[in-house]
Amino acid sequence: MIRRGSGRTTDPRRRTFLGLALPATLALTLFLVAPLVLMVTLSFRPELTSDLLGPFAPTLKHYEQAASVGGSWQLLQTSAVMAFVVAIVATALAYPIAYFLAFRAGSKAGLYLILLLVPFWTSYLLRVMAWKLMLGNAGVINSVLVGTGIIDQPLTALLYSRATVVVTLIYVWIPFATLPILAVLGRIDVRLHDAAADLYASPFQQFRRVTLPLSLPGLAAAFLMVFIPTIGEYVTPLLVGGNAGIMFGNVIQDYFTKSANWPLGSALSVIMLGVTLVLVVVGLRVVKPRRLLGQ
Amino acid sequence: MTTLARSTAAASHPPRRPRRWPSVLSGFYWLLILLLYVPILILFVFSLNAGTSLAFPLKGFTLNWYAKLFDTPALLDAVRTSLIVAVGSSVVATVLGTMIGILLSRFEFRGKGLLTGLAVLPLIVPYVVLGVAMLILFTAFDIKLSMATVVIGHAIVGLPYTTLIVLARLVGSEPQLEEAAMDLGATYPATLRLVVVPMAMPAIISAWITAFTVSFDEFAIALFLAGPDRTFPVYLYGQLRFSNSLPVLIAAATLLMAGTLTLILVADRIRRR
Repeated sequence: MIRRGSGRTTDPRRRTFLGLALPATLALTLFLVAPLVLMVTLSFRPELTSDLLGPFAPTLKHYEQAASVGGSWQLLQTSAVMAFVVAIVATALAYPIAYFLAFRAGSKAGLYLILLLVPFWTSYLLRVMAWKLMLGNAGVINSVLVGTGIIDQPLTALLYSRATVVVTLIYVWIPFATLPILAVLGRIDVRLHDAAADLYASPFQQFRRVTLPLSLPGLAAAFLMVFIPTIGEYVTPLLVGGNAGIMFGNVIQDYFTKSANWPLGSALSVIMLGVTLVLVVVGLRVVKPRRLLGQ
Repeated sequence: MTTLARSTAAASHPPRRPRRWPSVLSGFYWLLILLLYVPILILFVFSLNAGTSLAFPLKGFTLNWYAKLFDTPALLDAVRTSLIVAVGSSVVATVLGTMIGILLSRFEFRGKGLLTGLAVLPLIVPYVVLGVAMLILFTAFDIKLSMATVVIGHAIVGLPYTTLIVLARLVGSEPQLEEAAMDLGATYPATLRLVVVPMAMPAIISAWITAFTVSFDEFAIALFLAGPDRTFPVYLYGQLRFSNSLPVLIAAATLLMAGTLTLILVADRIRRR
């Protein structure tokens, strides 16, 4: 919007520009770019030294180790598959919810949407903990089942597995996945439905040929919005996954806390960051955020 | 939340469909609502239950846990830390987000795409990676982990939200007012201060509240950066294995949940102005 080419207005605008751009750029460089750059360099350092800024002889050994030892490559694949399953299922389950809110909830749609989102705004840790309390050995479900005499021994399989992590994550993400789908469904011109009906499309054909294709960008966005945070997840596995349910993020966390092998942890972080960025770039090709915003 | 307005508008002309579908869809909706609220209700019930173990049958009604909460200094400290961190980081994130929002909507410059990318990058980088990267930074420069380091971490995490919320408002606004202000002799900084920022104020407030709640609930990054100054989620996580302190924690969390919820509903109100 620099339309005013005259010297009178351009100069102060320029100063304003610098006044805004310098602090913002400085903050982003210092606290976002620098940490990531340091992490990448640390992954090429032979070992963790007290001087993380000094010169060093770069080595690839941590990447070799990451590729060979401990099945971390496999764990990354497992995490990606878990995130994929979580994102697909959460998106699929969110679709009917969004459809209900967009076309069936009538004048109460706003209220229903708030009702759906309120739990999402409550403490994440606490909601996951609540499930843990319900599913644990002395938890609500087991104490009800044992108390009413349906079973003798508490069910132990409810907690600490990969499946528990996946189910918990799906549950946590459904309300969030509803939003982008709702945004797209809300913009569908309802006269298209009437037109389809006038042309003798059955309700199912209407859905399959009109509504579903028009909602694809929203579905893709929902998928991405769940997939991205899930692939790097480490908190939920920590809470409900136990040893059997760990994800790639837990290994990274371990190398930075318990076993204190920061260079190897950095190499794993770089790998995870790279995989995530590639997936996001590919995903954005498919979704095209501008189309989602209706531009 | 323009989606709301749109979806309600769409809902006023429901497409013709057989009748059984609405009931299946609404049944599914209410089942999900039930699943979402049951754990929260159960937590609330156990915060009022006299027994220490979280198992049925209930042992009787008590408000003890809520009273005891105020005799647990470590817990109160953690809540205080969380409040300070949330206020500090959300203010930083909002100021920076507003600046970036103005830059992206009012200026053409080289590196605009790069700035946009950097501002939303924290949404894409997995939190575990962001957490360890910042841990490396602070270690490299010998900065002791404290509230300040969590404030920095949370400010970065909140930045994409504040930027996008403020930017959405600025992009949607019409430039005539600013042109009028400048035609009347206002300098560009004065125009920003007197026209652009006041006009974006609802979005700025809502961005601030969003950043506040994001920080207040954030655990993944705080775990790496908090050091001795544990935030409430970090404290909560540390206490989870001690079962007899659970009811007090749940009572505290219930109160905080009510607080956050109020904030968010207020934010939503403001955003829709």
